[in-house]
Amino acid sequence: MMNILRKSIPNRQSLSAFSRILVARYSENTGSKEYIDGLVKDKKLVVFMKGTPAAPKCGFSNAVVQILDFHGVKQYDSFNVLEDEDLRQGIKEYSNWPTIPQVFIDGEFVGGCDLMLEMHKNGELVDELQKVGIKSALLDKKDEGS
Amino acid sequence: MKRLVFTNLLTRRIMSTSSQKPIENSICKKLTGKFQPQHLEVINESSKHNVPKGSETHFKVVVISDNFEGIPLIKRHRLVNEVLKEELENGVHALSIVAKTQVQWEESGQHVSKSPPCRGGTGL
Repeated sequence: MMNILRKSIPNRQSLSAFSRILVARYSENTGSKEYIDGLVKDKKLVVFMKGTPAAPKCGFSNAVVQILDFHGVKQYDSFNVLEDEDLRQGIKEYSNWPTIPQVFIDGEFVGGCDLMLEMHKNGELVDELQKVGIKSALLDKKDEGS
Repeated sequence: MKRLVFTNLLTRRIMSTSSQKPIENSICKKLTGKFQPQHLEVINESSKHNVPKGSETHFKVVVISDNFEGIPLIKRHRLVNEVLKEELENGVHALSIVAKTQVQWEESGQHVSKSPPCRGGTGL
């Protein structure tokens, strides 16, 4: 029976990949790369923070929420790392970034509070949001003023 | 708020409102060694947060160095994170970074924005 199963899988490398997919899908390892890939890949905007956008538990996380709100961005996935220690540690390893909050745009890590603030100040954030089809409210204000 | 400030050789000043602390010193030493900054501030902001008195858990660093010339902002932050990896893995819980060249620092009016107020967190 085992020989039949082994023959149905081309090689050991495929078996490992297949096993990883099963583990990611059915395990509770919310800190794994596979799990976090599922949270950020193909998503326009994802924020890992302390607390929730409605009730941030950290000043830096709140600052990110406020910046996005200032740009009129209210629809995005957010994950409260205070509720999941595995995710809290996993996201730091995933992005190779030691602190929370963390912002992902189009599956790519773009920064935490400091970088989001700089991007807001220099206009880069408007461009980054535009790339994923999110129009900043600042553009509407600019249009109204012209 | 406890603050260590190192400026360039012509106007070297050291201001400290408290006794030296190990993590603060280590951060200062490592950033100086790596970036040879023209201006460096290491600010312990732990007292602003929900942590025990005397903690060294929340820092803001202002690193002004022409070594950052041509380096994208996120890369500058990653370089600082890498230099302070040991501190970040052993107690430093939050790190706010200002990383500019001298020209950028002058153009910004040498202004350091205040960190956002704590919202309680869970202590750590």
